[in-house]
Amino acid sequence: MIGEWVILWTDALIFLLLLFSTAFGIYAARKEHLRGPWRLVVRSRVGVSTLVILSFYVIVGLLDSVHFYPLVNSVEKGGAQTQSAEVISLFDHLVTPLRERQEKTYSAPLATHLYAKENIELPNGEVIRDYPRLEFGGAHLTMPEVEWSEDILRLSAMGVIKGLLVSIVITNILIMLLAARWNGTYGDAAKLLITGKTVIPWRTALITLMFVILILFWSIELSSHYHILGTDKVGEDVFYQALKSIRTGLLIGTLTTLVMLPAAILLGIMAGYYRGWVDDLIQYVYTTLNSIPGVLLIAAAILMLQIYMSNHADEFNSLVERADLRLLFLCIILGVTSWTGLCRLLRGEAMKLREVDYVQAAVAFGVGHFQIIVRHILPNVLHIVLITVVLDFSGLVLAEAVLSYVNIGVDPTMNSWGNMINSARLEMAREPVVWWSLLASMIFMFVLVLSANLFSDVVRDAFDPRLRSSR
Amino acid sequence: MSDILLNVKKLETWLGDGERPVRAVDGVDLKIRKGETFALLGESGCGKSITALSLMRLLPPSGRIKGGQVLLGDTSLLDLPEYAMREERGGRMAMIFQEPMTSLNPVLTIGQQIGEAVKIREEADSSSLRQRIIELLDSVGIPDPERRASEYPHQLSGGMKQRVMIAMALAGRPELLIADEPTTALDVTIQAQVLSLLKALQKQTGMAILLITHDLGVVAEVADRVAVMYAGQIIELAGCEHFFRKPQHPYSQKLFKSLPDSKKRAQRLAVINGTVPALNQVFTACRFIDRCHRAFEACEQAPEWTQLESDEGVRCHLAGRADQWLREAPAEEPDHLAGQAEGMASLLEVKGLKVHFPIHKGVFKRTVGYVKAVDGVSLAISPGKTLALVGESGCGKTTVGKGILQLIKPTAGSVSFASDELTQLSGSALRNRRSELQIIFQDPVASMNPRMLVGDIIEEGMKAQKIVRNSEQRRSRVAELLEQVGLPSDAASRYPHEFSGGQRQRICIARALAVDPKLIICDEPTSALDVSVQAQILNLLKSLQSSRGLAYLFITHNISVVAYLADEVAVMYLGRIVERGAVDQLLASPRHPYTQALLSAVPVADPNLKRKVIRLEGDMPSPANPPAGCHFHPRCPVVMDQCRLACPELLEQSDGRHVSCFRVEKGL
Amino acid sequence: MIAYIIRRALYAIPILLGVNILTFVLFFVVNSPDDMARMHLGMKRVTPEAIETWKAERGYDKPLLFNESSQGVDQFTDTIFFQKSLKLFQFDFGSSDSDRDIGYDISQRMWPSLAIAIPVLIVGLMVNITYALLIAFFRATYIDIWSVVLCVVMMSISGLFYIIGGQYLVSKLLHLVPISGYDTGFSAVKFLILPVLIGVVGGIGAGTRWYRTLFLEEINRDYVRTARAKGLSEVVVLFRHVLKNAMIPILTGVVVVLPLLFMGSLITESFFGIPGLGSYTIDAISRQDFAIVRAMVFLGSVLYILGLLLTDISYTLVDPRVRLS
Repeated sequence: MIGEWVILWTDALIFLLLLFSTAFGIYAARKEHLRGPWRLVVRSRVGVSTLVILSFYVIVGLLDSVHFYPLVNSVEKGGAQTQSAEVISLFDHLVTPLRERQEKTYSAPLATHLYAKENIELPNGEVIRDYPRLEFGGAHLTMPEVEWSEDILRLSAMGVIKGLLVSIVITNILIMLLAARWNGTYGDAAKLLITGKTVIPWRTALITLMFVILILFWSIELSSHYHILGTDKVGEDVFYQALKSIRTGLLIGTLTTLVMLPAAILLGIMAGYYRGWVDDLIQYVYTTLNSIPGVLLIAAAILMLQIYMSNHADEFNSLVERADLRLLFLCIILGVTSWTGLCRLLRGEAMKLREVDYVQAAVAFGVGHFQIIVRHILPNVLHIVLITVVLDFSGLVLAEAVLSYVNIGVDPTMNSWGNMINSARLEMAREPVVWWSLLASMIFMFVLVLSANLFSDVVRDAFDPRLRSSR
Repeated sequence: MSDILLNVKKLETWLGDGERPVRAVDGVDLKIRKGETFALLGESGCGKSITALSLMRLLPPSGRIKGGQVLLGDTSLLDLPEYAMREERGGRMAMIFQEPMTSLNPVLTIGQQIGEAVKIREEADSSSLRQRIIELLDSVGIPDPERRASEYPHQLSGGMKQRVMIAMALAGRPELLIADEPTTALDVTIQAQVLSLLKALQKQTGMAILLITHDLGVVAEVADRVAVMYAGQIIELAGCEHFFRKPQHPYSQKLFKSLPDSKKRAQRLAVINGTVPALNQVFTACRFIDRCHRAFEACEQAPEWTQLESDEGVRCHLAGRADQWLREAPAEEPDHLAGQAEGMASLLEVKGLKVHFPIHKGVFKRTVGYVKAVDGVSLAISPGKTLALVGESGCGKTTVGKGILQLIKPTAGSVSFASDELTQLSGSALRNRRSELQIIFQDPVASMNPRMLVGDIIEEGMKAQKIVRNSEQRRSRVAELLEQVGLPSDAASRYPHEFSGGQRQRICIARALAVDPKLIICDEPTSALDVSVQAQILNLLKSLQSSRGLAYLFITHNISVVAYLADEVAVMYLGRIVERGAVDQLLASPRHPYTQALLSAVPVADPNLKRKVIRLEGDMPSPANPPAGCHFHPRCPVVMDQCRLACPELLEQSDGRHVSCFRVEKGL
Repeated sequence: MIAYIIRRALYAIPILLGVNILTFVLFFVVNSPDDMARMHLGMKRVTPEAIETWKAERGYDKPLLFNESSQGVDQFTDTIFFQKSLKLFQFDFGSSDSDRDIGYDISQRMWPSLAIAIPVLIVGLMVNITYALLIAFFRATYIDIWSVVLCVVMMSISGLFYIIGGQYLVSKLLHLVPISGYDTGFSAVKFLILPVLIGVVGGIGAGTRWYRTLFLEEINRDYVRTARAKGLSEVVVLFRHVLKNAMIPILTGVVVVLPLLFMGSLITESFFGIPGLGSYTIDAISRQDFAIVRAMVFLGSVLYILGLLLTDISYTLVDPRVRLS
């Protein structure tokens, strides 16, 4: 089934980021000043429930970041397996039915008929204008008008039951694990958990997880026979598009910060610590970059990239690769426009820290500049970096939608919420309105951004004691 | 009973919610009479400020009053609705706070802020309002009140701001003034001004003052009666004179013994071991039991209040027992160092040290002037000796310390240490010398990287100086050092925030000792600490000096610490040293008018010792724009014409001390 | 004081020069004018002659930095860098790739932009401050908690959704105002109501939350305790003391964006078909008209720096600590 693996640039970076975060996690686990705040995060109810939701997004995004050429049964070579020319991801592979069941054009969510009337040739040769049946959506029904609602109910019930079963299994596994960890009995652990008296709010986490699982199974059941969020102009499943867009959103939100972090940290600390001409130069650079309105700088850079790409079209192996490079470039240029804020923050903080007694004491010991920066300045600004990264994430996800709308975002062929909105917008004038693409992307984006915002609030409160006390 | 103005009964205030709230005030009873000054004395964290805020009902959001009664006259304050309570606040009772710097609104003028308080109380049109504002400013001794009324807080000095706060409090003609550490943030000479102002105002208006303080000297100076607070409770109540003559509670007794002064030079100071217990628990035993040298079985039960005389009392099982004042066996160790290392060559010699910070102005940021933080300071320290550098805030004493260490590059002058000229060294040559000079800072919180383990903090210097290369040896040396400063060796694997202020200062000392210095610059190492903890640190510094032959440059504003610790004293004023000499000589008979005024302004913990305070008018001028001639002349009570023209040299006198004053030069 | 402002103004010169060089590199060095011409004329079947004419018509046929074929000063002035980049310093924007006078277009189109941006700013400021003050007054109650939740929810919704949802609800379902378009004079009002409303609503979440933090920060200061100790009522404390101090960061935050209001809002204007500078920029981007994009980049930088300068000045006006030191 799986042919040659493909590692796109953004795939590599996202796994590098994953590696970094894991390494940082291990480092943080051994440092009390970093572990303490995280402990506060996982002890907050908002913290754990948003974490559950965010990890669902992250899992989809990661699955969607493993690419390969699938093997297909080629007709010409007599059924022998050959490598397809099209790159797909592990996620695509898992949801193959969703990906492959294309209709002709628009159809409403859970519909059995197309959204537009067509000429249909009846078996008796007569041609009428009516809504034709969908090729896949509800195709198993013989009399959709009669059977439809019953079928939907049946599938929903199936989904809910399966979801509940899985949730119960997970709950039991958790209780057993907790009981083993506390050296208690199963009953005690269950009681603590159900009454919500555990230090980490497991109950909240489980309830959120149950919601996610229920929705997941419900949509699996329904989408096996219907397009639960309808289809778009070319008949592609909107649910599939919305899911595929998760990767784009996450990448923009995380890779941008990954790209800008080294520059922001290095330059910010250097400017604040060394002062003098170093400071002047760095300040000049970031004031200059900052003074160009962000959208225009992005527009200019993306336009230039477009020209470059169309003039050098032969350098790219596939459309996917090309779209991927454009995404990477977008991240870089977004990073260039957004590093200045963090840089300025760090400069101010480093300026304060270099006068602090413990840095002065280190100087009095004859400790070198590099050592002072690494040992005294950097660890004491790390929380600012972390807070900024988390806070920036949701803004970047929202920015992607706007940029794609202006056509200076990700490649038009790439699945992204911005592109979904952009294409749906044109259909708003249609009567009756085609609303599902728009609503689907909005809901997927809203859930991610809201979780990220709530999560970042928790993180900020945990890491910035000054703000915590002002509550 | 009609002369009781404020009657507090069983006041209880808790901070924070959750399962273990902090019982900051735990059953406090107080009676304040009309027109008296009542001092509430206690160390930090004992609940004295929270008591005051509870009386005003101005608690922070996390605090709430759990029980008790507060009667102001006949009014039960805790039962008043909020709008009626506002009438009392700033009306019959007013309050001033510790930090005059932050307690005034930066964007409103002084006049507006006082006027606001006036307007609530009395009908006033704009001219009579202005009249009243000026009157109030005048009554707190602010010169040129018309002009000051239209100025903003940042244009005023700290002492002036505190006067404005007092004027604001007076606006409602209060019967009770609550003063929460009103002089702690101020210099001694300014403190003397503010205290005498409070006294004078009290005489004029007949208001009562509830003075909250940690300073026994201030209490002796102004209080009529004293209540000692410990861990949320009043543990002793007495008339001021009686209290200073015969403190009843073991805590009070120890507090007096831990005060440093010249008479205790040859001995160790008494210390109160341990720290104040956490207040988020319910006590069954006496709260002081773990730290009390007189604790016995009965103390496992919390002692009740014992009424002694009419309105004196103590919360102790020993009260009234025959052995209440049992003398403690003197556990003082003899001073090893006396007479040692006399007449040796100087370890550190500073000549004409100047540190000027440029002031940039104009389009191209040209240098238009200098802040002359240090303007020609010369001093010398012999091995194993202590030189105290004394001065008020802003006189440049900390800058001298940093200038010597080359943490700030001096503008001019020489710093020769063990025959090396430090100002000429740079890069690695300077880095190599750094092990011999070390520094201890004032703020025990800021002086350690919160992200590092204590062990790593202490090791840092050894690594940088490559003193011990082997990590195994380094670790054992850390343990050794921790033991020397009186900390358990497992402290190395903990973080700084797990330690109390005094313990942190010990870690800082261990860190400095790690590189085997010959001289340690101690920059106000005890001024952020409570008296009992201060004693521990002073003891430690003294014993380290005798065992290791360390020399100290002790930068401080606290004269009693100087008297206890120093061999020599240098008094600094506005970037210059005005007088230098042996400690007993200088403290006994100061020559320079500034030294005389400074010493006279220091409150002494003895109400019978009525000394004459030489009041200095005004504030220290800015070092950016020092007065011509002698820097002290605008405030000098005995100024001569000559002083306005030229600056006197620091000349050696016949008795071996150095004074910079024309009057002394002429033998007047 | 004046010296300080002059110094800040002088500092703008190297920055604008930096912006200029950056845009020059971006527009002329990364891709040569030939590439641009090919892009515009269609990718494959372009004759070299067509490219040359296209370049000559728009003045792109000169060398980038140094013209060997000219004499004297012209060697430097008769170049793309001088003609296309440095000329911007005189606010000479030249003509667009479709041969319209950019300077004229900008002067025409900034008014509709301002007609939306200024009401959004003022109404938004009033709404946000009022709401934040209300939250601050009821701090640590359920009103506070749920208001913060509401703010977070509102700021998690994409701005695009506010616009599309607003258009759909107000114009399409309720038929209250026209869905898009613009008119001159007073008849423009009916076209402006919806975009302004949406602009304000879209800004409530982030704005109110930010102001709430500012207010709460001030409420915890010592001088507020002093004010209470005087016996002032909570309302007086809030309006006279807290608001006055918190207004310093709020006002300076507003001042910095004031000049940029001219640039208009990209998204709103294009959705509502308002002929402002925002839709001008969007159109230029989608038509790939680089002359206009270049002009807007420069204009944006100038306005941003002007905003910084105004912020400095406004600080000295509002804050007595800065004014009098």
